[in-house]
Amino acid sequence: MLGKTAGSLYWMARYLERSENNARLIDAGFRIALTRSSTAAAEWRSVLVTAGQNYAFKQTQQDYNSQRVVDFMLRDPSNPSSILSVVKQARDNARTARTYLTREVWEAVNTSWMTLGALLKRQVREDDLPDVLAAIRQQSALVRGAFSGTMLRNDGYNFARIGTFLERADNTARILDVKYYLLLPSVAHIGSSIDNVQWETILRSVSAHRAYHWLYGTEISALKIAEFLILYKQMPRSLAFCCEQMNDNLRLLERTYGQETDAIRMGASMCNERLSRPIASIFDGGLHEFITDFLRANAALAQQFERDYRFVE
Amino acid sequence: MLRGKGSGIPFFDEMIGQGSDVRSPYREYHEWFDREDAARIQRKAQQAEAFFRTTGITFNVYGQDEADERLIPFDVVPRIISASEWRRLSRGIEQRVRALNAFLHDIYHRQEILRAGRVPTELISRNEAFLPMMMGMDPPGGVYTHISGIDIVRTGANEFYVLEDNARTPSGVSYMLENRETMLQMFPELFAKISVHEVSDYPLNLLKSLSACAPPKCNGTPTVAVLTPGIHNSAYFEHSFLADQMGAELVEGHDLRVVDGRVAMRTTQGYTPIDVLYRRVDDDFLDPLNFRPESMLGVPGIWDVYRAGGITIANAPGTGIADDKALYSYMPDIIEFYTGEKALLPNVPTWRCSEPDHLKEVLERLPELVVKEVHGSGGYGMLVGPAASKKEIAAFRAKLEANPRGYIAQPTLSLSTVPIFTKAGLAPRHVDLRPFVLMSPQGLTITPGGLTRVAMSKGSLVVNSSQGGGTKDTWVLED
Repeated sequence: MLGKTAGSLYWMARYLERSENNARLIDAGFRIALTRSSTAAAEWRSVLVTAGQNYAFKQTQQDYNSQRVVDFMLRDPSNPSSILSVVKQARDNARTARTYLTREVWEAVNTSWMTLGALLKRQVREDDLPDVLAAIRQQSALVRGAFSGTMLRNDGYNFARIGTFLERADNTARILDVKYYLLLPSVAHIGSSIDNVQWETILRSVSAHRAYHWLYGTEISALKIAEFLILYKQMPRSLAFCCEQMNDNLRLLERTYGQETDAIRMGASMCNERLSRPIASIFDGGLHEFITDFLRANAALAQQFERDYRFVE
Repeated sequence: MLRGKGSGIPFFDEMIGQGSDVRSPYREYHEWFDREDAARIQRKAQQAEAFFRTTGITFNVYGQDEADERLIPFDVVPRIISASEWRRLSRGIEQRVRALNAFLHDIYHRQEILRAGRVPTELISRNEAFLPMMMGMDPPGGVYTHISGIDIVRTGANEFYVLEDNARTPSGVSYMLENRETMLQMFPELFAKISVHEVSDYPLNLLKSLSACAPPKCNGTPTVAVLTPGIHNSAYFEHSFLADQMGAELVEGHDLRVVDGRVAMRTTQGYTPIDVLYRRVDDDFLDPLNFRPESMLGVPGIWDVYRAGGITIANAPGTGIADDKALYSYMPDIIEFYTGEKALLPNVPTWRCSEPDHLKEVLERLPELVVKEVHGSGGYGMLVGPAASKKEIAAFRAKLEANPRGYIAQPTLSLSTVPIFTKAGLAPRHVDLRPFVLMSPQGLTITPGGLTRVAMSKGSLVVNSSQGGGTKDTWVLED
């Protein structure tokens, strides 16, 4: 398989994952803005920071007005990370890798580009926003379904999956990075429960507020939330789950190509060294330090991965 | 239901001829059509459009916003050719393609045809499409035109003309295949009723044909790749479609480099040699070291590998000299010279504006002629006299007088029509036909039918997709 094609599959998957994550962040931000207008601006700022779009936003905008933030994140042409441009980039990568995609996957990606293009042609009215966000999640589910149902389980599949989980791990870690102060142990230690709406926002950003209750009942604790998002392997957006999936796919590449690359070794150490310890030990070493280190390691792995498999010359 | 006159020019309609009786190849289809509910066909036509969109069968128009991908209009009424008509056409096409290939070999070797005075020497030596670097080169298998497209028009029940030869990188074959696929999905019952030749084996034949032309340095099963300029090229859909159907890699210039005397592609595990490169980039862009230095589309050094027998380039560099419009008018002589037979398919009578007496006549009759740029393509830069305004004709006259060598002229042909489906029922529209021909040392393969292009607006004679033309599925009936 061409290095370029492997790269296109990987980036296609990353962009698709990104569009879905950003839709989820907008959703969470929108809820807070509706229910708590006093903290709306701060919340939107943290959403933009999490999505890595705050800098671009501040280039053109003064304050964090809901309508403007949402429009910027959904469809602003000056925002290279808007959902519209991310989906376009996913589609461009799919076109480049077209010969490695099944007809079903390509059509799902192409359809989602066309559907979102039509939905986001004009500014989205506030009361239409929930429907538009639902449509984005739906399109993303269609692509995922076609991908899992029709793609050969070969190296191309592994490249795309690794893209998905690198992106997802990055996203979850960024949410924690922006909100870590809410989870600081001092708060938990003095026994005061953390702000209900705030922790709910964190869980909503990863579509897991229900799952959390299933697991932990009504007990809301910083330690538990952190454990859930970082170490809980059954949670499909936790760092541990993403790492495990990444590693499985890296190992499959190793088997296919008969070669252990640096990226494979780095992936293994992410799992074994960083995530194989209890949450208390992570807090002892400093939650913020842990997240910062994880983000750095994840980015380094991504870079090494591109080099090892010759995405570009 | 069909009226005979459209543009004022009398024309032959392939469904009803010049009268009102349905011609025999269309009889069964027509019976079916008459019994069908028009609203159902209308619905199917809309479905077809949605299908083309989701499949991404689109093309980018140069100079337009890249986001603006257009669909080539597809018409649901097939163009139908009888078995005997096709036999006759395919013999003529085969003769023509063999002659083109023999001509190319001759022009790049001993140039017998020039010595014999059958083609003027300056037409070759001064021609930009002539590639002196190809002199004395023997492409693997002796094949120059691996893939060619011969554009044919019809003007009567028994009158066919070759309008143009395409010996560089003819496009459109993906539309031929997708049109059939679409028809099969929309109207499966038609194919159960009427025996139509398959076209779906084209990609496999292409792969076999290209593999049979592998270069001397190839070991084992040849590795075939399709070279595309990239996703922003207007024909990208076709490039990826063909690569996909053949199971070949789709490469761009930056995926390739010369490694150990072979052209190799960068895979996830390192560089792997390619044996046959089906390139969809022009000669000029193939090798920045040997041709255009600024080109980013090609592979530096590929030319040297080619000369040393390390790779097959399809079509061979320099084939453009055979489909140059200035040479077109010599095709009957070229065919006779190499095959010893008269051309089975006639040329359209052509005035060479480079010759003073021809030019004089062309200038006098400008309002009734079609004038084309010798090096133009895609229907750009041409004058269709009867359809042009006085002002346009005057402007064109000035261009023609300034550079007569750059133009040829032909009578305005009353191209045949085939009905298209409109909201008001069937309506005649002018068509042409591009059959696709594969050549390898093992012989020629012509896919039955080809791509029918249709001018979608009433009276128009321009079928090019860049000018709003559409396509139809083309049926060749089995005996």
